[in-house]
Amino acid sequence: MMEICIYGRGGQGGVTLAELVAHAAIREGKYVQSMPSFGPERRGAPVLAFLRVNETERIKIRTEIAEPDVLVVLDPGLLHVGDVISRLKKEGIAVINTKKSPEEMKSDLEGVTKIAVVDAMSIAREILGLPIVNTTMIGALIKAVGLVKLESLEQPMNERFGKVAAKNIEAMRRAYEETVVR
Amino acid sequence: MSSEKKGWKDIEIGCVVTEPGSAASYKTGDWRSERPVRDNTKCIKCGICYIYCPDAAINEDEEGYFEADLYYCKGCGVCAHECPRGVITMVEEEEEEGEK
Amino acid sequence: MTKGKIVGLEGSFAVAEAVRMANVDVISAYPITPQTHIVERLAEMIADGELDAEFICVESEHSAMSACVGASAAGARVFTCSASQGLELMHEVLYIPSSMRLPVVAVTANRALSAPLSVWCDHSDAMAIRDIGWIQIFAENNQQAFDLTVCAYRIAEDKEVLFPAMVHIDGFYLSHVIEGVMLPDEEEVAHFIPDYEHPFVLDPEDPVSMGCYGPPFIYPEAKKAQEVDFTNTKPKIQETWDEFGETFGRYYSPVEKYKMEDANIALLTMGSSGETAMLAVDEMREEGRDVGLIRLRLWRPFPFKEFRDAVKDVELLVVLDRAISFGMGGPVCSEVKSALYDKRKDLSIVGFIGGLGGRDIPIDGFKYMVNRALEKVKMIERGEEIETEMIGIRE
Ligand code: SF4
Ligand code: SF4
Repeated sequence: MMEICIYGRGGQGGVTLAELVAHAAIREGKYVQSMPSFGPERRGAPVLAFLRVNETERIKIRTEIAEPDVLVVLDPGLLHVGDVISRLKKEGIAVINTKKSPEEMKSDLEGVTKIAVVDAMSIAREILGLPIVNTTMIGALIKAVGLVKLESLEQPMNERFGKVAAKNIEAMRRAYEETVVR
Repeated sequence: MSSEKKGWKDIEIGCVVTEPGSAASYKTGDWRSERPVRDNTKCIKCGICYIYCPDAAINEDEEGYFEADLYYCKGCGVCAHECPRGVITMVEEEEEEGEK
Repeated sequence: MTKGKIVGLEGSFAVAEAVRMANVDVISAYPITPQTHIVERLAEMIADGELDAEFICVESEHSAMSACVGASAAGARVFTCSASQGLELMHEVLYIPSSMRLPVVAVTANRALSAPLSVWCDHSDAMAIRDIGWIQIFAENNQQAFDLTVCAYRIAEDKEVLFPAMVHIDGFYLSHVIEGVMLPDEEEVAHFIPDYEHPFVLDPEDPVSMGCYGPPFIYPEAKKAQEVDFTNTKPKIQETWDEFGETFGRYYSPVEKYKMEDANIALLTMGSSGETAMLAVDEMREEGRDVGLIRLRLWRPFPFKEFRDAVKDVELLVVLDRAISFGMGGPVCSEVKSALYDKRKDLSIVGFIGGLGGRDIPIDGFKYMVNRALEKVKMIERGEEIETEMIGIRE
């Protein structure tokens, strides 16, 4: 089972990211659990979303993810807000929206051994015309850990976004290409 | 009331009362200690007493006058209070007449 | 096997799907966290023409239940849902459908009660309504949220039942979590819950009086009839779940057992913590310990026989309560004890209170309870006073 935390701000779409990947994984016959951090939603406040994916078995655990295998960071400004990075498992990977290189990022984040970086903000601004990186970061997540096929996201995104789905899919694919994993 | 002697197995589901209008058998006249007495010579047939009677105990006769049905009239005196012509006076029930 | 497809749904939407497939006539509800998504989804379904039902907007939960009572009395199939303070505001009216024998179906997204204000899960709201004469069923995951809501209509409307039924889903843990749910074919669901006819409905052509005045000469007989009929719904509930299993392939029972075959120690849970408790049992089994798990699916009417059967070979029962009966300990634990009083003098029962106001109970929490219970048994043997322990509390 893979346990993923998505760290973003309220309104940045971290919950939607988890949901879209969950729907894609279900389409592939996998078992999933996607959940927001429980409670009131506050725009701008640092917030975690959770995603569990199991290839073979129903997921029974019903607690927040304490030590994720993967941490997706939507907003680089959050890296030093709260102590989320330290939750990452020793062999876990941080997938970060940043303009920095993986080397720079690694030296910034003590104790993180595996890292994937992409300048999702520039991709989102260019393709979507909006500074919203959640769908873009799905591409980075898939590049970093596999999890699901890029194609499996198409249907869930079409259902979710209708007319603007195509651009979101394009942004995801671009991020998949541009993500650097170290 | 018909369900008075029913055992628990005989009660309808949810204690529903299946005879409609069972309230009509309830003799509110038993509550009456004063009865409305009319002097119809003053009556203008306006029907205000009929409208105000809280028990709907007042009926209209063929001539258009009103009279309380003493099976239901509980003697509240509302009709006497509301009548604009002072037609109705509340008089104490006498023991032998209380049977009505 | 039945036709159908697996869809990613949060528990709230799974409930809404069940209500849609049950083709309800009237919905009246007032939104409250964490139940809100159920109402929102149903309102959307009606607005989009996916569900042909009347949505009665109200200003409070008290009115929501009142509207449901009226609609049900007129013969409509109805739905409402609430949580926490909302359910408490509804409390007064909750007695009406159970006494008038109206098969209202409701879902509660279990949530703690104020104060301090908490929107998070526990079972305080569910326990506060345990004496109102509603059938109370606890779901453990989103599939069950769907299945048990579908079954609730069939159970409540059965001619031999005619009681309101409430399905409890844990707030956030189920209501806001997306997982795969097998949605069966709509026609099969429609076939499973056919149109129903109440023996008495409000009908000007055939008038009856409902909810009458009950002076002392009749009230006790009315309550006796209600209690006997309520207790007698148990075989029907099981029968419905059996038939659901035969049709849809998922079976339910009032008391569900996990790895209980040769267990000497049993954990007891209700609601969404059941599956996490299973993982704890798995780990303890691997350590060679004879621990099993019992989940109470049916809370009212209390399944005495099935429960006693489930614990017949057990020496220690460890009960988790997600609510407090102040001054009395955990309500589930005290009821379980009374269910076994005079029947099992040799069985030790140790209760814990945990998971209040949304505090997670991890796998280790369940292992702790088992270990601590064993220590407490020794304390009891030494004649020491044992209090109900609240787990995970900072000193
Ligand atoms: S209110 Fe007085 S005047 Fe009018 S109808 Fe009645 S008795 Fe006659
Ligand atoms: S006394 Fe009261 S009950 Fe009797 S007729 Fe007058 S208003 Fe009606």
